[in-house]
Amino acid sequence: MAVCVAVIAKENYPLYIRSIPTENELKFHYMVHTSLDVVDEKISAMGKALVDQRELYLGLLYPTEDYKVYGYVTNSKVKFVMVVDSSNTALRDNEIRSMFRKLHNSYTDVMCNPFYNPGDHIQSSRAFDSMVTSMMIQVC
Amino acid sequence: MEGLTLSDAEQKYYSDLFSYCDIESTKKVAANGRVLELFRAAQLPNDVVLQIMELCGATRLGYFGRSQFYIALKLVAVAQSGFPLRVESINTVKDLPLPRFVASKNEQESRHAASYSSDSENQGSYSGVIPPPPGRGQVKKGSVSHDTVQPRTSADQQEPASPVVSPQQSPPTSPHTWRKHSRHPSGGNSERPLTGPGPFWSPFGEAQSGSSAGDAVWSGHSPPPPQETWVSFADTPPTSTLLTMHPASVQDQTTVRTVASATTANEIRRQSSSYDDPWKITDEQRQYYVNQFKTIQPDLNGFIPGSAAKEFFTKSKLPILELSHIWELSDFDKDGALTLDEFCAAFHLVVARKNGYDLPEKLPESLMPKLIDLEDSADVGDQPGEVGYSGSPAEAPPSKSPSMPSLNQTWPELNQSSEQWETFSERSSSSQTLTQFDSNIAPADPDTAIVHPVPIRMTPSKIHMQEMELKRTGSDHTNPTSPLLVKPSDLSEESKINSSVKFASGNTVDGYSSSDSFTSDPEQIGNNVTHQRSHSGTSPDNTAPPPPPPRPQPSHSRSSSLDMNRTFAVTTGQQQAGVVAHPPAVPPRPQPSQAPGPVVHRPVDADGLITHTSTSPQQIPEQPNFADFSQFEVFAASNVNEEQDDEAEKHPEVLPVEKASDPASSLRVAKTDSKIEEKTAASVPANVSKGTTPLAPPPKPVRRRLKSEDELRPEVDEHTQKTGVLAAVLASQPSIPRSVGKDKKAIQASIRRNKETNTVLARLNSELQQQLKDVLEERISLEVQLEQLRPFSHL
Repeated sequence: MAVCVAVIAKENYPLYIRSIPTENELKFHYMVHTSLDVVDEKISAMGKALVDQRELYLGLLYPTEDYKVYGYVTNSKVKFVMVVDSSNTALRDNEIRSMFRKLHNSYTDVMCNPFYNPGDHIQSSRAFDSMVTSMMIQVC
Repeated sequence: MEGLTLSDAEQKYYSDLFSYCDIESTKKVAANGRVLELFRAAQLPNDVVLQIMELCGATRLGYFGRSQFYIALKLVAVAQSGFPLRVESINTVKDLPLPRFVASKNEQESRHAASYSSDSENQGSYSGVIPPPPGRGQVKKGSVSHDTVQPRTSADQQEPASPVVSPQQSPPTSPHTWRKHSRHPSGGNSERPLTGPGPFWSPFGEAQSGSSAGDAVWSGHSPPPPQETWVSFADTPPTSTLLTMHPASVQDQTTVRTVASATTANEIRRQSSSYDDPWKITDEQRQYYVNQFKTIQPDLNGFIPGSAAKEFFTKSKLPILELSHIWELSDFDKDGALTLDEFCAAFHLVVARKNGYDLPEKLPESLMPKLIDLEDSADVGDQPGEVGYSGSPAEAPPSKSPSMPSLNQTWPELNQSSEQWETFSERSSSSQTLTQFDSNIAPADPDTAIVHPVPIRMTPSKIHMQEMELKRTGSDHTNPTSPLLVKPSDLSEESKINSSVKFASGNTVDGYSSSDSFTSDPEQIGNNVTHQRSHSGTSPDNTAPPPPPPRPQPSHSRSSSLDMNRTFAVTTGQQQAGVVAHPPAVPPRPQPSQAPGPVVHRPVDADGLITHTSTSPQQIPEQPNFADFSQFEVFAASNVNEEQDDEAEKHPEVLPVEKASDPASSLRVAKTDSKIEEKTAASVPANVSKGTTPLAPPPKPVRRRLKSEDELRPEVDEHTQKTGVLAAVLASQPSIPRSVGKDKKAIQASIRRNKETNTVLARLNSELQQQLKDVLEERISLEVQLEQLRPFSHL
């Protein structure tokens, strides 16, 4: 379903970004980058009192004609951004949530690996890659 | 014979069979006897068998070389599928199923055949044993067993031929033949005759058998030799030297091997009999691993933390990327720590990798930690170390057959997948725990949204309420939103309830039992919401369904409600914040006629709320019509300043019982009104002017009171102009017992502020007024109904 999946670190640099139609990669990268602003806005809007209550799933960040961008942020301010094709009308919110949950789980597994230094690019985890692929392949 | 193209699965299967038949571990020749057995097991008529043999050229050659064997197998498959046997058919028949052999020995094969999945590793490298490439720092694995090796004598010649069958070396433990994992670049040539040898790990001379051991299955990495290399992980030279010796000693291997293998022969025999898993860990290896584990973690049942494991495995000098992959594979429960089993698996993988074997994509079954004690994997039992965890019963049978290494690749995959939803409760539970992030949203912070109802205080102390009110007003004007929000719901619920005091108290936010307590305490409001039903026992039927209570503040302390209001204000913007702020101020006691109405509307329309509140002063005029403002005294005393104007106004209506002196009520109204105004003023600039509100709660109420009093009077008849009223009220402050003088100045200042806010809220006011009117009408009707249903019991 997803055409592009990105994991953004707390400092807003990408830890992992992958898009399916690789020829348009730059466009997706740019979309993810611009959606970070929306993510930040949603995070800050909660206010300090609500940090605990803040929902991890941010929902639709930014719809365009062709694509919709969804966001999810962890408690450590690591952001997951997912771009899905708008033609996939069947995609419901719950499905997006479950996809983010899977992403979060895989990300946690990557974190648990002692050989992964937090802040590194996530390139070593095959499980993570395969999970992302499974999410993206469903689209195509 | 034309070239034979085999699919991956076929390749794997055939090589397995070849190794099976290659009892002499020649890697080139399949023992005729075995081959014939195999063919017999294929349940083909003899003439077909003969035909096959002829076709493949074996009869010509007199023996079954690898290619012949493969062709023969393919022909068997062709025959079994019913196609005519022809030389061409081996390549033309597409999608041929793997040949099935029924004989007992071949059961495994057939089973494997069925479950074969293409294993890339198998490609070409059917090399049971990969002779450690000279020069490659491999640990020679002592050939633990050479079942097949023993007859190897002939193998020698072949060995020298290809001493280095595969640059990679140390064949994994696959007992003699499984080298699935091993990549053998030397594809077809793997002359590892040394299939049999168990993993030898001895760097020593006998390791030569290790070279045969090359084939040797890995499993045998004898701990001691490796220890030198392993423990330090930096000492590869010794192993490499060992390896170099291999080629030279190839010749000797057979003899050595036979000797060495003698000890392990039995073991290997057992293993070989069941196509051992190349990834199996032999006892020696296991012991070694356990010893290593002990050096890090003395308790064998304990865990090795990730950091310690990282250091340990970093010593192996493998690239971090690969170590990371190994960790991924071996940390089965993904907890960041290694149990003994996981550690052994990881160590095993490291050894394999160091010896040139590719890491599997999935953890081989034999390396999987035994999460559940499945004793049914008994036939796999011979295998030392971890027994493959048969995740699913379906896989159990195939996994049990300690068989084709290729299967192992699939097993782990299957196992893992099945484990994930079968027995791996641990795994799944751990993953599930991960997913609980989302649900842990609401903190148990009592200061923030308390979702559970707070018990009503049946005997609230007015003082307490007042204090709270003051505090609230002082702290944050936005707070009123919460009480207001709550109140509307309360009011709506209670609107019907004409019960007197009870209702009033209930309505007044805090479950005041006292009838004339208008505490707009947010908490109390919350209580009211929840409790009104309870304690306003008389409240009977909510003729009109109460609007849902404002979500955030079911019950929490005033301060918290204030905070909530503030945050709401933040999130929803000033306007809305103002709106939010207002509702809470609604008088807790829904006045039968008025309260429900406005309340009902209030929650519905945030803006309406604002206007509602803002128009509270204007409402006051309405309400006083049929309500006494006695309540307002209490109100004034209470915290309802915010927005309670509306409610306060309603209260007078709702609580006819409560009679306060008009002045008092007016005062209260005024106070509330003023409070509301202040609140509105405050709420609007809530975010900005928080500082101002806490200024002096006491004076404010007083101020408000003065104002409201004045406002009340003029506004009693006015619905609309708040500003004018305010001005009037402010201007004409009656002498009030409190410090009037300073109040006036403060009042004027506040008036100015209020005017500003009023202008902002003017529009909302009009809307709210409209709604108010509607609601009031409803309220009146409801009140009538209530009265009909229940005579003035509360009076």
